[in-house]
Amino acid sequence: MVVTTRARDRATERPAHAGGRNRRRTDSRTAALMTAPAVVLLALFIAVPVVLAFSLSFTNSRLISRDPARPVGAQNFDRLLGVSILEQHKAPGAADFPPVRDYTKRGSGHPQYEEKSVLFTVDSGDERTVVLAGDPTFWKSLRNTFLFALVVVPVQGGLGLALALLVNQRLRGIRIFRTIYFMPVVTSMVVVSILWRFIYQPNGLINSMLGTLTLGSWDAVDWLGNPHTALPAIMLMSVWQGVGFHMVIWLAGLQTIPPSLYEAAAIDGADRRQMFRLVTWPCLRPTRVFVMVTITLAALGLFTQIDVMTQGGPLDATTTVVYHAVRKGFREQQIGYGAAISLVFFVLVLGVSLIQRRMLRERS
Amino acid sequence: MRRRLTYLPLTLFALVFCLPIVFMLMSSLKPDEQIFGDLETARAFLPVGDISLDNYAKVFDTVPAGRFMLNSVIVTAGIVLLGFLVNSLAGFALARLRWRFGPLVLTLVIATLVLPFETIAVPLLFWVSKLPWLTSNGFEVGWLDTYRVQIVPFIANGFSIFLFRQHFTSIPTELDEAARIDGCNWWTIYRRVAVPLSGPVFATVGLLTALPAWNSYLWPLMTVQDEKKRTVLIGVQYFFQLDIAWGQIMAYSSMITIPVLILFFAFQRAFMTSIASTGLKG
Repeated sequence: MVVTTRARDRATERPAHAGGRNRRRTDSRTAALMTAPAVVLLALFIAVPVVLAFSLSFTNSRLISRDPARPVGAQNFDRLLGVSILEQHKAPGAADFPPVRDYTKRGSGHPQYEEKSVLFTVDSGDERTVVLAGDPTFWKSLRNTFLFALVVVPVQGGLGLALALLVNQRLRGIRIFRTIYFMPVVTSMVVVSILWRFIYQPNGLINSMLGTLTLGSWDAVDWLGNPHTALPAIMLMSVWQGVGFHMVIWLAGLQTIPPSLYEAAAIDGADRRQMFRLVTWPCLRPTRVFVMVTITLAALGLFTQIDVMTQGGPLDATTTVVYHAVRKGFREQQIGYGAAISLVFFVLVLGVSLIQRRMLRERS
Repeated sequence: MRRRLTYLPLTLFALVFCLPIVFMLMSSLKPDEQIFGDLETARAFLPVGDISLDNYAKVFDTVPAGRFMLNSVIVTAGIVLLGFLVNSLAGFALARLRWRFGPLVLTLVIATLVLPFETIAVPLLFWVSKLPWLTSNGFEVGWLDTYRVQIVPFIANGFSIFLFRQHFTSIPTELDEAARIDGCNWWTIYRRVAVPLSGPVFATVGLLTALPAWNSYLWPLMTVQDEKKRTVLIGVQYFFQLDIAWGQIMAYSSMITIPVLILFFAFQRAFMTSIASTGLKG
């Protein structure tokens, strides 16, 4: 407050141009004071956690522990990222391959295989290749996360654009349709997940409706209980919830295109498809970048739906990287290991968004 | 004719987007047996049969729903209102004041946007469990199970600062000059000139911070085990215990959703333009 009164005194004492240097100094001080709360909070709750993610991931720190955390070097990363390949050969006349446990149990004499579990196996005749990982669930989480993003990003982006084109017409009552399409966006993802958990049940809405439509000849599917359908079911629901958001963004992009461009194209004899390809699509470039980047970031952070609907199951079919980080770091209280997962996840997110930005930039 | 035809896909999509929500609202009024009985026909989406508010009454026996709701309001209001102050001041300084570190601070603020919250959630959990807080009995350690752990980390927001800065940059500088000649300092210019001209941007920032605050799930799940401080979405867990009472779940879900839907219908234009403005600037 002292600063405030002093600044006012100066301003009233002299004409504005006379006290250039003093004014600049008080300006700097005011700017520092005005940004201070935000800068301090961002430093405390974003910068510090990032630094902590680095330092914690090299310790065996736990959330609640009597023993102080010890540095463990790269042990967390070894466990997280460690993969080894075991080549097995079926002895002539033997009925089966030697058990993998002989290699992975503690003190087996094969340090590279110890404490690892099977990620997957490939058989070819009498040869078997076993891929072992320190944390197979992490690799499955990684696969599911990328699979989810790979499907949801184009589907949600594309459907959003289709809806935007649909509601970007001068029609009676069009605003009502926009509003309805946007309703799931304002509904909490937790509520949406609960609702769809019921819809997907063996005796839930979808199976019952399909039963009615097929006159009872439909065999109920446990959509979330089946490893093959669980992740696609969550993808569908996520698109349903989020697409309205991106429809509005596309719509805003569409409305920035000057109508004169369409008029010019019409004079040149362009049909509707050509207009889209030659006018609409190129003009939407900035919007496209934004839509792709935001959907990708949201898709890679998949957590809420999993936690409410499947808890990562069945058979790890829906576990994701963030879900795994929370499972280890919070539920199992292994903060050090959870931090290592977070760090790897952060590097992935950064990598994906950098690649994406570059790709979208180059294509123009 | 062509115009008429476009109503067909429009209506089809409208059904896809609203029927699940209608189903939730209608089921919340029905006893459990009827919910399942109605599934095979269009009755699932209609308020027919044994309609009552019983499920809503039972919700209050299962969970302290009023308390949860109040907590959600406290947390959301805290984040939005404190965020208004902190982020608009920072945005104002970055837009209007010439300062040696201004460009650096702006770059750092924008850099925070590439970091999804999920990547720092686990280390942040560790951090807040060790943070001190000054009370009347001196310092106490640990922020878990409090309101502040749900509010303070989310007050400063890089995107809000960015939106405020963009807006304040667009106010003509002649206004500052005039105010300065009248003897106003920057704080007065902020309060008397900049803020009164910024209704729409406050609305946008308010909506864009209120929705995720109201809907946050991961963070309160990890940091708040105390029933007295829990928000309404975490209360959902209480319903998935031994036998699942779907009628109550639908009622509870409706209770969470209806206030937001009402706000949305009342201010839909503001909602849409807020969302749209994020895209244009991104």
